[in-house]
Amino acid sequence: MKSDKVTKQILFAASLIILLTAAGMVFSLIMGAIPVFKEFGLGFVFSNEWDPTEGRENYGALPFIAGTLITSILAIVICLPMAFSTSLFIGEYFRKSAVASVISSMVDLLAGVPSIVYGLWGFYTLRPIIMELGLSPQGYGVFTSGIILAIMIIPYATSLSNEIISMVPNELKEAAYSLGATRMEVVFTVILPNARSGIVASYILAFGRALGETMAVTMLIGNSNVVPDSLFGTGNTMASVIANQFGEADGLKLSALIGIGLLLFIITALVNWIGKIIIKKFS
Amino acid sequence: MTTVAMAEKQVKMEERIVDIKNPVLSIQDLSIAYNKDKYAVKHVNADIKKNAITAIMGPSGCGKSTLLRAINRMHELYPDIVTEGKINLHDDDILKMSTIKLRRKIGMVFQRPNPFPTMSIYDNVIAGYKLNGIKLKRAERDEIVERSLRNVALWDEVKDSLMKKGTFLSGGQQQRLCIARALAFQPEVILLDEPTSALDPVATAKVEDLLVELKKDYTIVLVTHNMSQAARISDYSMFMYLGELVEYDKTKVMFTNPRDSRTEGYLTGKFG
Ligand SMILES: Nc1ncnc2c1ncn2[C@@H]1O[C@H](COP(=O)(O)OP(=O)(O)O)[C@@H](O)[C@H]1O
Ligand SMILES: [Mg+2]
Repeated sequence: MKSDKVTKQILFAASLIILLTAAGMVFSLIMGAIPVFKEFGLGFVFSNEWDPTEGRENYGALPFIAGTLITSILAIVICLPMAFSTSLFIGEYFRKSAVASVISSMVDLLAGVPSIVYGLWGFYTLRPIIMELGLSPQGYGVFTSGIILAIMIIPYATSLSNEIISMVPNELKEAAYSLGATRMEVVFTVILPNARSGIVASYILAFGRALGETMAVTMLIGNSNVVPDSLFGTGNTMASVIANQFGEADGLKLSALIGIGLLLFIITALVNWIGKIIIKKFS
Repeated sequence: MTTVAMAEKQVKMEERIVDIKNPVLSIQDLSIAYNKDKYAVKHVNADIKKNAITAIMGPSGCGKSTLLRAINRMHELYPDIVTEGKINLHDDDILKMSTIKLRRKIGMVFQRPNPFPTMSIYDNVIAGYKLNGIKLKRAERDEIVERSLRNVALWDEVKDSLMKKGTFLSGGQQQRLCIARALAFQPEVILLDEPTSALDPVATAKVEDLLVELKKDYTIVLVTHNMSQAARISDYSMFMYLGELVEYDKTKVMFTNPRDSRTEGYLTGKFG
């Protein structure tokens, strides 16, 4: 009985520490961001001018919000068909076969590769290809970043949706087969409708990952503090501008970067929240 | 073995096979293995009578489900399966038919009720047509749904909630809905694999009454773990043991006068 009580207290203390850490983080982000919001108000969120020149300092986060959303949406658009087909392949069509288990472990392997490695590959291999194709003079930009982001989230989205597809009860598939359904009909009328909320959730989680992904994007996006002028233009994401500039920032600029961090935090939390609502609605 | 002994054995084998005129199904020397050399069904011969209930009994793992699923080739969902022998539906070799056509002629009901959870009661009944992309007029669909639900005595219970999800029904109602779904194509044969094992006694009795009613129009093959169920509703019974069809006879004959000592042992509760 006594040891039970002690265990309970230890667990409670650990949970409390985590809670306090999270709360402390949000608190210090808010404190850090106060100066920039005091100076520019909501204009900080909606202004697209980022000018650190002393005397006419102006900080607007819009270019980075736009860069983040554009690269992440591009990534999820590229990722969706790829991850979807792959997860159907390993989760249903070639379920439990040797090919599927090889592909599945490759996917898991790719999911564990550090972001910097993807960045290097993007820099030395993907970027020259983009240049070669004449899509952008230096090979940097939103498009290149979107592709690398897509490659990074494909394994994650694939293994999540594969898990969800394999969770559709066998007895439902058998019911459909016993009514003379073909494999494709089983996929589209039984597996997908039953796995729908899970699949949507896994793409939302993958999107959430893309939003905050930093290293590889920083190496490829071209780091210009403007709203990208085209799909092949350069830009900056919220994560990449912080990574690029926090070292030499102080005063109002540092506050602006912290403000961007706070916005990123809010957007990511919002995306997760929307994901959860969708799951609830469908299940 | 002497020729006399061989002849005697021959006679015994033939004695075991009940004589059924114009069978709907004819299973001929059927053997099935999930893995090479590990046979789950061994050299089964049996003719199935039209408009009758044939029960398949036997201890767990003796191959009842495997045999049943072979009849509409559901067993082929396991990729490495080996099938030897032949099953005829009238004069057609089912192993040479398209599984799509075959499964419309031979429907199946499973152990646990498995209505499609994303579909309404109405859509569940019509699911076979939907899955196969068969377009029907509204009136035709309504007619099929009503007829099938009346067939399983579910119409009066659900006619006001056809657009509700099938999963809102009780277990027994769900199982009858699954039978209705299988009946929607008006198949010749219905296969049922322990259809009442997840149901309470009242719901079980309803399904049993229903099967007796349905045999007027359909041929029914029923796997059951429950001897008294076989005794109550079946016309013919098979007893399987370790993949073999040990005994096959009119149910009354088998239950009163089993020929094989293993059948007797099973029926008197010595194993299984
Ligand atoms: N998917 C499968 N893979 C391998 N062996 C199986 C599979 N399904 C059943 N078996 C084996 O085949 C035999 C017969 O199984 P089954 O037909 O399910 O028996 P029953 O329905 O009489 O309980 C058992 O020995 C079982 O272990
Ligand atoms: Mg079984």
